[in-house]
Amino acid sequence: MTATFAPGARIRIRDDWPERRGPCHIRTPHYLRGREGTIQAVLGEFPNPEDLAFARPAPRRTLYHVLFEQPPIWAEGEAGDSLLVEIFEHWLEPATPAQEAA
Amino acid sequence: MSAPARPESLALLDKFVAALATRGLVTEQEIADRQASTDRASPEIGARMVARAWLDEGYRRLLLANGAAAAEQMGVSMAGAPPLGVLEDRPGLHHLVVCTLCSCYPRAVLGYPPHWYKSFEYRARAVREPRAVLAEWGTTLPPATQIRVVDSTADYRWMVLPMRPPGTEGWSEDQLTAIVTRDALVGVALPRLPVAAAAE
Repeated sequence: MTATFAPGARIRIRDDWPERRGPCHIRTPHYLRGREGTIQAVLGEFPNPEDLAFARPAPRRTLYHVLFEQPPIWAEGEAGDSLLVEIFEHWLEPATPAQEAA
Repeated sequence: MSAPARPESLALLDKFVAALATRGLVTEQEIADRQASTDRASPEIGARMVARAWLDEGYRRLLLANGAAAAEQMGVSMAGAPPLGVLEDRPGLHHLVVCTLCSCYPRAVLGYPPHWYKSFEYRARAVREPRAVLAEWGTTLPPATQIRVVDSTADYRWMVLPMRPPGTEGWSEDQLTAIVTRDALVGVALPRLPVAAAAE
């Protein structure tokens, strides 16, 4: 398996809410859904926790360290502060240029 | 650690362990070994790793590249433990670790997490208003320092490599280890010189 995104790539976290559809175990914090960030590092491949939690066969997925500006997420905070979060590849989509400029 | 276990909980645990053993998933010995290594782990391990990194550039590079290998060099068995990532503070950048989803913590090198690390208050606030949290800790960062909050959401465990404070020139590894507290390894505090040393 190769990582789809390289360090420096602009991405968006999928604006998806599986918890509204039924029982699930997800490691993507709610406050990042739909938010844009930058790939900082590829951390490796790990069995998908969303399957592990239910004792299902868990395919390995690429895990990234993704950097976000902190103030836009909460509409408060200090410019320059940031959040660095582990996110699995299936939660990432490329940020579109239009949204990057916004 | 907390309230004594209820008898029915212990009975349930016995049955659970027996079921795991029957399926060949784990042995009593493996559980005892893991329990012993968790009990042995304390923040002093992480503190010593930091002190050594301050003194030994080769060790610092290893620590940042592969925290687990650096821990193994300290005699910590990392077999079966999650990978250890190390976040290096530098002038202008301070790291703070939290686990908003549960209480992921680098137990292999810091021991059991403190109660506040697992509290809803810390988990909710560290990620949203880290500066207010640090202020309540009495932690003052140098001016123009950006904060990077690291939310430990998945398979890694994270530890901070703080900056070596001025006034520690010529200190031994033991002396340096003594000023690196658990709180400094999480990022809610900075290594501080004892009052006597600071006054010299």
